[in-house]
Amino acid sequence: MRGIFFIDGIEHEVEFQGDVTLLELLREAGHTDVKAGCHTGECGACVVLLDGELVNSCQVLAGSCIGAKVLTVKAIGDLHNPHPIQKALVDVGAVQCGFCTPGIVLAAYVLLKDNPNPTDDEIKTALDGNLCRCTGYVKIIEGVQLAAKRMNDNA
Amino acid sequence: MRNFNNIGKNVRKIDSLSLATGAERFVDDFSIDNPLHIKLLYSPHAHAVIKSIDTSKAEATEGVALVLDYRNTPDALHTTAGQGFPEPSPYDTRIFDKKVRFVGDRVALVAAETEEIAEEAIAKIEVEYEILEPIFDPEHALDDDAPKLHGGDAYAPIPVEYDPSRNLAAKVEMSFGNLEKGFTESDMKFDITVRTQYASHCAIEPHGAFGVIDERGRMVIYTATQVPFHARRIVARTLDIPIRDIRVVKPRIGGGFGGKQEVFLEQLVGLVTWRTKRSTKIILTREEVFANARTRHPMRTRMRVGAKADGEITTIDLDCLMNTGAYGSHALTVLSNAGGKVLPLLNKVENVHFLGQSVYTNLPVGGAYRGYGATQSYFAYNQVIDMVARAANVDVLDFFKKWAIKTGETSEVFRVLGEGKEGVAQIIRSCGLEECIDKGAKAIGWSDKRGKHIRNGDKIKGVGVACAMQGSGIPKIDMGAASMKMNEDGSFNLYIGATDIGTGSDTIMAQIAGEVLGISPEKFIVLSSDTDLTPFDVGAYASSTTYISGEAVRKCAIEIAKQIKAVGAEMLDIPIEEAEIENGRVFLANTDKSVSYEEICYHAMYSHNQHQIAAYASHFADESPPPFFAQFAEVDVDIATGRIIPIKFVSAVDCGQPLNPRLAEGQVEGAVVNGIAYALWEEYIFSSKGKMMNPRFWDYKIYNTRDLPEMVTILADSYEETGPFGAKSVGEIAINGPIPAIANAVFDAVGVRLFETPFTPERVYKRLREEGIIE
Repeated sequence: MRGIFFIDGIEHEVEFQGDVTLLELLREAGHTDVKAGCHTGECGACVVLLDGELVNSCQVLAGSCIGAKVLTVKAIGDLHNPHPIQKALVDVGAVQCGFCTPGIVLAAYVLLKDNPNPTDDEIKTALDGNLCRCTGYVKIIEGVQLAAKRMNDNA
Repeated sequence: MRNFNNIGKNVRKIDSLSLATGAERFVDDFSIDNPLHIKLLYSPHAHAVIKSIDTSKAEATEGVALVLDYRNTPDALHTTAGQGFPEPSPYDTRIFDKKVRFVGDRVALVAAETEEIAEEAIAKIEVEYEILEPIFDPEHALDDDAPKLHGGDAYAPIPVEYDPSRNLAAKVEMSFGNLEKGFTESDMKFDITVRTQYASHCAIEPHGAFGVIDERGRMVIYTATQVPFHARRIVARTLDIPIRDIRVVKPRIGGGFGGKQEVFLEQLVGLVTWRTKRSTKIILTREEVFANARTRHPMRTRMRVGAKADGEITTIDLDCLMNTGAYGSHALTVLSNAGGKVLPLLNKVENVHFLGQSVYTNLPVGGAYRGYGATQSYFAYNQVIDMVARAANVDVLDFFKKWAIKTGETSEVFRVLGEGKEGVAQIIRSCGLEECIDKGAKAIGWSDKRGKHIRNGDKIKGVGVACAMQGSGIPKIDMGAASMKMNEDGSFNLYIGATDIGTGSDTIMAQIAGEVLGISPEKFIVLSSDTDLTPFDVGAYASSTTYISGEAVRKCAIEIAKQIKAVGAEMLDIPIEEAEIENGRVFLANTDKSVSYEEICYHAMYSHNQHQIAAYASHFADESPPPFFAQFAEVDVDIATGRIIPIKFVSAVDCGQPLNPRLAEGQVEGAVVNGIAYALWEEYIFSSKGKMMNPRFWDYKIYNTRDLPEMVTILADSYEETGPFGAKSVGEIAINGPIPAIANAVFDAVGVRLFETPFTPERVYKRLREEGIIE
C-alpha cells in the first residue's frame, strides 16, 4: 500500500504492507520516540495522537489512517523547547527508565487540553492505559498536577 | 543532617528530559544497516529429547541466512546468570541442547532478512521429540523416582553442594546455638508454611540486543543489560571469542528489576553476528518475555519458632524449598539471601537453623528479581513475628523495637551465611529502624486502626506491619570502578562501569563527584557501561551501585581534587597542603588568592609541566550495610467477595543519607507497587503440561494508576559512615514488605492467616470460609 501521513506536521509518503501497524510505520520512519512494549495494546508505550485522539498505535493498521495527522511526543516538546508536562515530570523525578514516559506525556497532554484542573482521580483515569513498572506512578501523578498548575499560572 | 552542596538535593536526573522528549535511544531505537533478524523455535514439551530435527526447509527459505540448533553451535556449559566469575550458579545450560527442559526452552534459531521470513522459516523446522515424564512439583523434585532434568556433565564452578542426579540445584545449611534446646526453653510454638509464586519482572522495555561488526572486524553488542561486563565475558567464553574482540555497549535501558541480569540473548546475536559477519538483531515479544525469559523463583517456606510467654524468641528454624525451574540461574544465591538477608533482623535469637534447597523442575527458569529471595522469605518471617507478638500480648511495633538489630550490634548470621561460602562478619553502623517504625506508625494511624476491625458493610479494615533489611552489595565480591578526566572549561568526563538501568545512577554518580570537587553535577559528562571506554563494574544488581560504585567515584574524585590542588597551589605559589577547594576554585583561606578550575586545566594542559588531570579508582567493600524499613498496609477485606482492597501503604525507609531524595523515593514507590501487585494478583498460570498460559498484560495484570492505594514514603534521618556521603542501598528493599504487611493487615481485619500468594479473591474467600468467618 501507499499513503500520505502527516507525522508531527510533516508530510510523509510511505509505502507499506497491508498488515503494518501505525506503530511499525512510525518507527520505520524514524519515530523511535514511539516505543513498543507489547504490540498488543496493553502497555500504552506506543500511544500517539491520531487526528487528535489518543490511540495505541500498535492497534491501528496503517492502512486505516492514510491521510491522518499523527502527533508523537516529539511534536509536543523537544529537548530545547520542552512542554510543561515534560518539564514537570522531570522536575518531580517522575522519569526513571523513561520507556513509558513519551506515552505518559501524550496521555497527560490530552487530559490537560480538555481539563486544565484535573483531580488526582481524573489523572489516574487518564493515565490508566499507560503501564509503568519503575515509578509506582506516585511522582507521575504529582508531575501532571505540577504541569497543570504551571500551565494555569502562565495562562 | 549534614551540610552538603549536591548530596541530599533533588538534582534533576540527567537523562530525564531527553527521555521525556523521546530523544534517548534504547536498544530497539538504533538504526542498523540491513540487519538479520533472529527468531527462536521453542519447545512445546516440558521435558523431551530431540530425536531428530530437520531444518532443511527452513534453510531453503529465501531470505534465511542461518539456522542454528544444538548440532551446529558451541556446546559450552555455562550459566546465563550475569554474576561475577566464577559464577555461583551451576553450569547447566547450553546455547542449544539436545534435551529440552520446559515449555519454552530453546530448540532452534533462524536468522533471516526480515522478522517475517524468520518466523516463516521457524514454522518449517520439523522436530521429532521423545517425550519424557516431567516434574512440576518442587516438593517431589528430590524424590528418588522423580524425573531428572540434568545429566552428569552439569557442574557447579565453585565448591558448593550441587547434585543434578537428585535435581538438587543448590543447598545451603547454617545453624548456631541448639535448635531443640531453644524449643525446650520456649512456652509457645509456631509452625507455618507459606508459598510464593512465579512472577515476571515486566520491565516495559522487552529484552533485546543487536550485534554489529565494526570497521576492524571486532564485534560490538548493544544490549538491554544490567551487566555489560559479565555479558562480554560470558559471550567470549561460550562462543570462544577473545574478550578483546568484543565490545558491549549499554544504551538506555527500559527497566531491569533483575530480569536483565541474565545473559541469554547476547550469545545468540554474538554467534550469528560473528558467523555471518552481518548485523544481527533480536527483540523479544512480550509473550517471550513472560514465557521464555527469567522469573522470580517460587518458594515454599516453612518457619518453626519457639518463644517464651513474654514474646522472646528462643529458636528459629527456617526451611526454604526454592523452585529454580529448568535451569539453576541464581539458584544458590537467591536461596542464600532467603536466610542471609532475613535472619539477622532478629539478632538476639540464640538458636537458629536455616536449610535452603533449590530444586529443578520442568517449569520456567528463575533468576534475579528485586528482593532476591528476601521477598519470598519475609512473607513467613513477618507473619510469624506478628503471631508471636499477638500471642505474647505485645504490640508488634514494640516487639520489633525490642528485638530487632540495632546500631552497634551484629548477628551471627552475617558471619556464617554468605553467597556460596561463609559470610562476612559485620557490625551495624547505622540502623534507623526505630525511627521508621515510629514515623510509619504515625503515618498509617496505627493506634486508631490496629485491632479496631472498623466495618463498613461487607468491608472490614485492618492494618499490618512488616520490617525488613537488605544489603548494599556483596561484601568482598562486588567491585566497581570509575575514571575521570578534566576539560578546559572546568568540566569533567566521568566514566563509570556502573549500569544505569533507569534508576538514576548516572545522576547519583555525578552528584557524588560534584560533592567532592565542590561543583555542580552538571559539570560532569557521564558515560557509563561501555566495555571499551569505561572501567569495570559488576553491574546493576545486589543493591550495589550506590554503595560500591558510588564509593569508587568518590575515591576517584578525591584523587582528581589532589591533582587540581597541586596545580592550583603551583599557580598561586602556596603550599599544597594549605590549598582548599570550593565552588570550582582552588584558594588559600583568608586571602584573595584563588584560581578557577578552568584556569587550572588550561595551565595543566598548555602552560607548564603539561599533563592531563585524570584519575581512576576502584572500590570493593568489606561490609554490606543493610538498609531497613518499616512498611505498613491498611486494607479493607471484602468478606462478601474475598477481595483485599489496599487503602494506604506507608514505607518508612532507612537508606542512610539519601543522595537524591526524589530518586530514592522513586525506588521505594516502584518497588512497593510491584510488591503489592505481586501480593494480590501477579502469577503464572500453568496448563497441566507446564505451559505458561497468561503471557500478556491482559491476563497477567500489573498495577496501573487506578489500582493505587494512597502511598506514603518516608526517608529516615540516617548516615552510614562506610558509604559514599552516608549512603546505603535503596533499590531492592521496599519490595519485601507488601506481602507480609498486607497479610498481617488481613489478619488484623478478619483474624485469618494467609499462606499462599497471590492473595486473589478466590484464595481469600476460601480461607474466610475455612476459618468460619463466612458461611
